[in-house]
Amino acid sequence: MISYRLDEEHEALRDSVADFARQIVAPVIGGYYERGEFPYEIIGRMGKLGLFGLPFPEEYGGMGGDLFALCLALEELARVDSSVAITLEAGVALGAMPIYRFGTAEQRECWLPELCSGERLAAFGLTEPGGGSDIPGGMRTTARLEGQEWVIDGSKSFITNSGTDITSVVTVLAITGGQPAPGRRPEISSVLVPAGTPGLSVGGKYSKVGWCASDTRELAFSGCRVPAGNLLGERGRGYAQFLQILDEGRIAIAALATGLAAGCVTECLRYTDERVAFGHRLGHYQGLRFKLADMEARAHTARLAWYDAAARASAGEPVKRQAAIAKLVASNAAMDNARDATQIFGGYGYMNEYPVARFYRDAKVLEIGEGTSEVQRMIIARELGVTDRD
Amino acid sequence: MNIVVCVKQVPDTWAERTLRPADSCLDRASVDGVINELDEYAIEEGLLQAEAHDGEVTILSMGPQKAAESIRKALSMGADKAVHLVDDGLAGSDALGTSLALSTVLARIGFDLVILGAEATDARMGVLPAMLAERLRVPQLSLARKVEIDGNTVTVHRLTEYGYDQVVASLPAVVSVVEKINEPRYPSFKGIMAAKKKPVETLSLADAGIDPAQVGLGAAATEVLSFAKRPPRQAGTIVKDEGDGGSKAAEFLAAQKFI
Ligand SMILES: Cc1cc2nc3c(=O)[nH]c(=O)nc-3n(C[C@H](O)[C@H](O)[C@H](O)COP(=O)(O)OP(=O)(O)OC[C@H]3O[C@@H](n4cnc5c(N)ncnc54)[C@H](O)[C@@H]3O)c2cc1C
Repeated sequence: MISYRLDEEHEALRDSVADFARQIVAPVIGGYYERGEFPYEIIGRMGKLGLFGLPFPEEYGGMGGDLFALCLALEELARVDSSVAITLEAGVALGAMPIYRFGTAEQRECWLPELCSGERLAAFGLTEPGGGSDIPGGMRTTARLEGQEWVIDGSKSFITNSGTDITSVVTVLAITGGQPAPGRRPEISSVLVPAGTPGLSVGGKYSKVGWCASDTRELAFSGCRVPAGNLLGERGRGYAQFLQILDEGRIAIAALATGLAAGCVTECLRYTDERVAFGHRLGHYQGLRFKLADMEARAHTARLAWYDAAARASAGEPVKRQAAIAKLVASNAAMDNARDATQIFGGYGYMNEYPVARFYRDAKVLEIGEGTSEVQRMIIARELGVTDRD
Repeated sequence: MNIVVCVKQVPDTWAERTLRPADSCLDRASVDGVINELDEYAIEEGLLQAEAHDGEVTILSMGPQKAAESIRKALSMGADKAVHLVDDGLAGSDALGTSLALSTVLARIGFDLVILGAEATDARMGVLPAMLAERLRVPQLSLARKVEIDGNTVTVHRLTEYGYDQVVASLPAVVSVVEKINEPRYPSFKGIMAAKKKPVETLSLADAGIDPAQVGLGAAATEVLSFAKRPPRQAGTIVKDEGDGGSKAAEFLAAQKFI
């Protein structure tokens, strides 16, 4: 029989990040969010705490932990705020992880120490204006080898961490082959593009519904040249690479979503104990107690789903189905809990100064980023062996 | 340099804290224990000084078995080793008994510098640093908001109402710190993993050579005669400003003897 009790070390990590989130993030994040400002100060301190190095070995400046440890940190941060959590998630699970997984010893040594310290951030550029779900169908960005250089042309949309002052590198997925044979996928490869490379232009900040203190930008490549040695992993393996990265990324997003769902419960427990209506605390009313019970049940189920997926991934087992289920369930939980929490807070729940309002605005994207909920269902159905054949 | 940081486990500051009717002692069993807040600053200062002067930090804690969690946390912040003084005979010790026990252990393990928080959030006596220094016959530098060590001298900025005093002493010495001194670090995962392998020496009264008759509730020189629950908070007074709001507010403050 298995049990999802954390061992002492993971529990201590969770406590440490929970204290950090409550004491360092919570008091100031509302201001950053309101101003749409990237919280360099908090990110720097998350770096000092070692959060950006969690799943990487000590030889690269990491903490020697695993995906599970990263996910625990994400859940605890997201209980308080999702902008800093997604900055960590995108920086580690999408940004640094491909370099660790597929990079040469030289590439790892070049990029990982700074990324593990949180002094620099990495980004992952997959989505394009023409489509994020349909890769490579919607993909137009190309990289062609010219002598000893890759020349990149095209554009990427919604790329997290790609335009901060401390962004050091973007992993760009691009078509590296010619016209594929009919019915075949084009050749896709990953190329490392250092921030500031001529020919890479970073767009302005998007005006977003939520995640307002995180950095999301459009990238345009026009004759952008990087050394041939910046190819990440084997040429033509880009498709397999990003599928693997996204499997882990989805577990990380599920943990983040669980944090948001659980944060809603915490806020509402406090509020239903304080706020009085018709002569009673809100908690007096069964209608609201049942809402709280449903919210807790959703957060708990979401947590079990990501624990299972992360434990399997950390043990090196296949997780495609479990990761998709965890992301689907947890993002649903986040969305439902955010809606209920805002309802419980009434008018205050609609005011940006209250954390539940931020939760409400931050929840929706969890059903979109790193594979929409429809994409998760497509994966689960495919894993079940059901197809669209007649 | 051999730095010892004294750490006390106290009931979580945010939890409801109660005294036991039977012996008027704090009920420590039913609430979560945490490191006394000022002691976290003491640990941080110990670590900073050790980093700057190539020293070693030992955590010394007297407390029940449960205090081992707090010791573990101090080690995961980066301290090198720990001594845990734990014995049923210590329960109910007052400041005199506690200072006797701690100073006995300190004399035994040796130190160049003892650092501790200026007071604990549970009893809030704030006398332990002075008692320790006196028993150990070393200088006491209290309420430090800055510590500098140069060779055999320690200089502190001692927090005062008007600013700070600069106090200098030779080592070995006892320094108590206030929260202005630094910002305690959070344990990293690497630190947490490393803490598992760090040595923790557990001492009983007999091991430490402490006379059981001089510590514990029985030996306490102070006694809690009675205690009462804090009265529930009263609703505030609302002063309506009808042109005389200022003088009404002043009258209120005067009546409460605030001005
Ligand atoms: C704040 C933010 C940060 C992001 N960060 C990054 C990043 O760092 N890196 C990165 O590469 N991307 C990032 N993204 C992009 C994100 O991953 C994509 O938006 C997402 O994958 C969806 O792609 P799309 O927007 O092109 O939608 P589309 O793929 O155009 O989908 C539109 C709608 O159609 C549905 N749909 C599509 N195909 C099917 C089908 N076959 N059956 C049923 N329904 C279907 C989708 O589920 C969706 O509801 C980010 C997005 C946001 C909003």
